[in-house]
Amino acid sequence: MTLSMLYGEPRVITVGAQVLGEALDRQAVPRREVDWRPPLRGASAALARVLADPRRESANATAVGRMLSARPMLTGVRPAREVLGLGAGEFFHAGPPITWERASGPMRGALAGAMLFEGLAATPEEAEDRLASGAGITLDSCHHHRTVGPMAGVVSPSMWMLEVADAEHGGTAYCSLNEGLGKVLRYGAYGPEVIERLRWMGEVLGPVLAAALARCGPLDLRTLIAQALQMGDELHNRNRAATSLLVREIAPAVVEAAPQHAAEVLRFINGNDHFFLNAGMAAAKVSADAARGVPGSSLVVAMARNGTDFGIQVSGLGDRWFTGPAGVPDGLYLGGYGPDDANPDIGDSTITETAGLGGFAMAAAPAIVRFVGGEVSDAVAATTSMYEITMAEHPAYQIPGLGFRGTPAGIDVALVARTGLLPVVNTGIAGRIAGTGQVGAGLVSPPAEAFTAALDALGEA
Amino acid sequence: MNDLVEVRPGVYRDSVTLMRVSRALTAMPGVAVAVVAMATELNLGLARDLGFAVPPATPGDLLVAVRADSPAELEDAAAELERQLAARAPASGTRGDAPPRTTRSAARAFEASLALVSVPGEHAFAEALDAVEAGLSVMIFSDNMPVEQEILLKDRARARGVLVMGPDCGTAVVGGAGLGFANVLRPGPVGVVAASGTGAQQVTSLLDLAGVGVSHVLGVGGRDLSAEVGGRSAVQALRALDEDPATELIVLVSKPPAPEVARAVRDLDLATPVVAALLGPGQDDLTTAAEKVLRALGRDVPEWPSWPAPPASAGRRDAAVLRGLYAGGTLCAEAALVAGTGEFTDFGDDAYTRGRAHPMIDPALRLEALRGVASGVVLMDVVLGHGADPDPSSWLAPAIRDAVAGGVDVVVAVVGTDGDPQGLRAQAARLNEAGAAVFTSNAAAARHARLLAGG
Repeated sequence: MTLSMLYGEPRVITVGAQVLGEALDRQAVPRREVDWRPPLRGASAALARVLADPRRESANATAVGRMLSARPMLTGVRPAREVLGLGAGEFFHAGPPITWERASGPMRGALAGAMLFEGLAATPEEAEDRLASGAGITLDSCHHHRTVGPMAGVVSPSMWMLEVADAEHGGTAYCSLNEGLGKVLRYGAYGPEVIERLRWMGEVLGPVLAAALARCGPLDLRTLIAQALQMGDELHNRNRAATSLLVREIAPAVVEAAPQHAAEVLRFINGNDHFFLNAGMAAAKVSADAARGVPGSSLVVAMARNGTDFGIQVSGLGDRWFTGPAGVPDGLYLGGYGPDDANPDIGDSTITETAGLGGFAMAAAPAIVRFVGGEVSDAVAATTSMYEITMAEHPAYQIPGLGFRGTPAGIDVALVARTGLLPVVNTGIAGRIAGTGQVGAGLVSPPAEAFTAALDALGEA
Repeated sequence: MNDLVEVRPGVYRDSVTLMRVSRALTAMPGVAVAVVAMATELNLGLARDLGFAVPPATPGDLLVAVRADSPAELEDAAAELERQLAARAPASGTRGDAPPRTTRSAARAFEASLALVSVPGEHAFAEALDAVEAGLSVMIFSDNMPVEQEILLKDRARARGVLVMGPDCGTAVVGGAGLGFANVLRPGPVGVVAASGTGAQQVTSLLDLAGVGVSHVLGVGGRDLSAEVGGRSAVQALRALDEDPATELIVLVSKPPAPEVARAVRDLDLATPVVAALLGPGQDDLTTAAEKVLRALGRDVPEWPSWPAPPASAGRRDAAVLRGLYAGGTLCAEAALVAGTGEFTDFGDDAYTRGRAHPMIDPALRLEALRGVASGVVLMDVVLGHGADPDPSSWLAPAIRDAVAGGVDVVVAVVGTDGDPQGLRAQAARLNEAGAAVFTSNAAAARHARLLAGG
């Protein structure tokens, strides 16, 4: 056999004892030093088993390849009752499955609001009593139904859903319509203005968007997201460019489809920089779902929080959740709110990070760097560090400031355990008390034990 | 007593770096002892033996134990500790140029020809597999790697046309670059495949002293020629050197291989002649093997340099105990074979290196053992070259002087070349001045020690 290292100039990667690297420096041998640290505590044995799995390399290539080749298209807007088969008293929520007893303030508030919206209760108190009794109530995780929801992520039968289809692999995913910021259901608010807005969204916004999309045809979200990244969005905490692009695409069709409602619909969308977030989440969900179920793969296909637990799902481990306590985000607060008002991390919007957007694309969004500590270099460092725990670089989602390098995409549980680097998550912050709404936005770290637990399971799989 | 004892959870530095920190603190005025090490059982025990009240800790934590003569000096030591740890902290990049955190990541950003892995053995598999999956040959300096991981790595490497050198591979020379513990060898026609690091260093150093250089030295790890591993890397390395036009003769350095492995190696049908240096009972010693290589190349065998001990310490009459205090495993085994008597300790054995640096870098355990000898004959090795202690005679010579003054005969085998950064002849002269008989041939040193012991 020909051994290439015997010919040509030696160039060495060194990992471990510095003295051996320095010996090469003294010989003027070009080298790159790895900044190695021990893996997450207790992960060594499982790591060895997972890395030795002969399926791993090709399984991961298959799984991440499917995620990166997905072509999410916004195909329609339809009622949850119709597309998700939700019946009266059935609700989906963000994150891993949770009971009313363990639910946090904003989750309870959003569920109570959904009860009011669906006419299942006349007052918040009555709604809470019924939810607590559990009679006629069914709760389940959005992720179990091809669905994602931001923050509390509560989906009830009368809500209208964005429908996103994967033109490459044929999957479909759903996400509710974005209500705007401040006192909104997804942050746990349930006042009259919240319920009134939801009614309008069901009666006007949803049907008008459905009619408009039927006129202009499916919208290519992959292309739109790629453009928005180049315009300063990271698609989680900043969606201003993407929302603008969306409006540009559909405005003529809105006017044609519903001239009498066009102005109010477009004004509503224009007034909410985060309107695109939900479409982006459904796009990320349909892409991540394409990577599910590859035996031996250590790819993370979902990260989600319910306000109490932070959970992940892994391609090679079916629909099992691996959880740890949700952390309290570190960030900026609105008005007079402070960290004491913050609820632990909540929402399915971490599906954006799962697909290589959000915190992973922070370097694309210098306008919001104050969420990660204040400087553009921090945003670049956040994105750069995520290449250490991801399997690939996204072929379409690129960051101009990094020389159009693809965003770090496809979190590898094994790399998280090896480096101890946890996914960087950008997020909104919900008020701790039910009914408060949004109190801020910032950055949060997932619990390491969710990743080590998944690694243990992979080692046994 | 002014003690500082601290456990810092999750703070990691490699053992050599920490040894340097410990050494710098110990050298400060008023500091009696300083242990800065990962909190392995061995190191915790060491600190306890020194009388420190050590709190519970895990091997992932950093242990700090410093004792000074006065509170002020302890404070100075604490400040110096922070300075040292900060100076040796891994470069942090906040500007987007952060250093890679895995071999996988490094291989993406840097066009490498091979990787050198020296992380603790239980973690070496991940880094080595990264290298193989990136299409790179890898030298695994780390020891304590489970054999099934070694076999898996070597099978995957063969499938990708790359070589796994190790685990527990102490030395290699690839394309002129010395990796691990590597003597500075002149370029030449001899290719070496070695399942023994210090064995290869002895053979190549003697060849270098005779004016013969090497093309490449490919370590394969001490277990490679066992029945279990089956010579997976040795076979690959022999084939690779056979194809290398710069290699005119191959030396295979190993303990005697398992019979079926020996057969497999013999059946390779190589075009290049192979001289086997298989250390074991009834086999040639390494010096004899080097001499065979010289004859095969048609070169003269020189007289191997040695420096006899001053007469004052020589000439023992009574039979005495011979103690071998070795850093090199193969050198230790060879000396034990040649001497045929005595108590030999290989301080490079896994049992002594878990959580601390190799004795070729960290002299502490060996020095302690030398100072504990009150009579008889001590036989030691000193291995020079890149990666090894930059000036071993600086600590060894004073200890030898004390031992000799106390009536102990000291014999040292220095494995090194004139090109080595420590300077072979300068080191040998200093050890000799301290009262030791010094040899460049380990076998000759062992024979001399046997003679002194009256065996």
